[in-house]
Amino acid sequence: MLNIARKELKSMFASPMGWIILALLTFSFGTYYLNGVNNYFEVMSGSIRPAERIGVTQFVGQTVYGLASFIMLFAVPLLSMRLISEERRSQTMPFLFSAPLSISEIVVGKFLGLVVFLSILVVYIAAMLSTLNIWADIDFGYIFANSLGLLLLVSSFAALGLYFSSLTAQPIIAGILSFIALFVLMILDRFFAGDPTSTMLKFSLMRHFQSFAGGLIDTADLAYFGLFILTFITLTIRRLDADRLRG
Amino acid sequence: MANLTVEAIELTRLYGGRAAVSDVTFSLQQGQVLGFLGPNGAGKSTTMKMLTGNLAPSAGSVKICGIDMIEHPKEAKALIGYLPEMRPLYKEFTVDEYLTIAARLHNVSGKHIKKAVEHAKERCGLTHMSKRLIENLSNGYQQRVGIAQAIIHNPMVVILDEPTVGLDPIQIRDIRALIKEIGQAHSVIVSTHILPEVEMVCDHVQIIDKGKLVFNGGIDVLKQQRIGNKLLVGLRNAPAAAQLAAIAGVAEVEPADGMWRIRFQDGTQPHEAIVQAAVQNGWGLYHIAPDQTSLEDVFVQLTYHETASADEAKAA
Repeated sequence: MLNIARKELKSMFASPMGWIILALLTFSFGTYYLNGVNNYFEVMSGSIRPAERIGVTQFVGQTVYGLASFIMLFAVPLLSMRLISEERRSQTMPFLFSAPLSISEIVVGKFLGLVVFLSILVVYIAAMLSTLNIWADIDFGYIFANSLGLLLLVSSFAALGLYFSSLTAQPIIAGILSFIALFVLMILDRFFAGDPTSTMLKFSLMRHFQSFAGGLIDTADLAYFGLFILTFITLTIRRLDADRLRG
Repeated sequence: MANLTVEAIELTRLYGGRAAVSDVTFSLQQGQVLGFLGPNGAGKSTTMKMLTGNLAPSAGSVKICGIDMIEHPKEAKALIGYLPEMRPLYKEFTVDEYLTIAARLHNVSGKHIKKAVEHAKERCGLTHMSKRLIENLSNGYQQRVGIAQAIIHNPMVVILDEPTVGLDPIQIRDIRALIKEIGQAHSVIVSTHILPEVEMVCDHVQIIDKGKLVFNGGIDVLKQQRIGNKLLVGLRNAPAAAQLAAIAGVAEVEPADGMWRIRFQDGTQPHEAIVQAAVQNGWGLYHIAPDQTSLEDVFVQLTYHETASADEAKAA
């Protein structure tokens, strides 16, 4: 299982794709971070009432994590699309199937490989925000909650992307499909914003990320993300098993 | 028997009601090389996929060294090295990287990985290609990497689906020698279209046609059929066919392109008698040679006369 994860990581860094995505994301997060710090003093000097005055962690964190959750929507499908479909296209699936591994191990390994890659970014953002501690006394709990939320969010993206990747032999189609699916799940809460009691709201990924973004770790949200990931990994395993059974 | 490495029992695979492979039963012992022959679409690859656990059989079972592939897939798969028809290569890796991954996936322990990779490269003649990207290798070298991948963990059973496709004659010779070498300690199953290859490397042959096993036996049986019991005789002043047929041991005489094809009875060798008769009667003998039916003929005969060959297989 770990060997598969290792292989996936290696192949992500073997092509320029991994490096480019990493570089671009790092660049955009860095820019937003800088902008956030710059704007903080401008905005805060303008706000007089105490309710408007928020800490620097929250102010900068909001900008960076808000951007991160949005950008990952594009980045994760790009990375996840080739996980299985590429193997199908280049007929390398038998290589994994004939190794002494169960299908679950293959799928979970691939998922872990991608999550490890994405967690590089999560750790990077957390480290970047922690540097604020040099000048100010920052709220580490807030950063932790946000990092955890972001990690769960991108893991969910990855699980969904993995499933769509297992459906087709064309990475591009897998990428587009998973992007559309994620996008719908993200903006569900906008569609049903008029009816706050709607059950559809509960399915929105963004809504569950919101509480983490506020610094709140809620078990209901943890359970939601956990189930989301589990569902799509199970679907992927079943899908690959069907390959073996049906040919 | 204790040293049975592969057992396939009544393997059947249905694709939407159509049987791609039906009721294939065979077994293989340690130290045997099995050649798997058959026309296109006969079910060779499907059978191999089932043997390696890439495809679940609709009925029947596969046992590798006594371990059931369906019940204990992990243990069974650890004993197999498999090269599919389409080479499963990750082209973005170098040869070393790829083989290391293959070794790791096959549970080669950490400290032995380097040795295993070196050994596999040596056996397949890849040592000077270590740092090259697989993508940039020629077809033949990619094929060698595929074979190296299949033997890296020193498996009990090596299954190669058309291993010599795309190789040059020297490489083919090397690979055949390699297959023979592996076949001494372990078991090898090779599928191929090239019939002389079977004769060279295999000691056991199976011919499959339309999903059914039509021949299963030693290579000797096949060779015997090939050499056959016929003579091709060229005579300048040919007598009547009846005169030839009168020679002791001759079973049948038929004309063939200005010569005579003489089939003799089992267990007799009327070569001498024919020559003597030719000299005595002044028939003007200018050609006498065993009439070798090519392996292709045998193959065609076997695959197109199923019933007849099934009888022969029984006799063998």
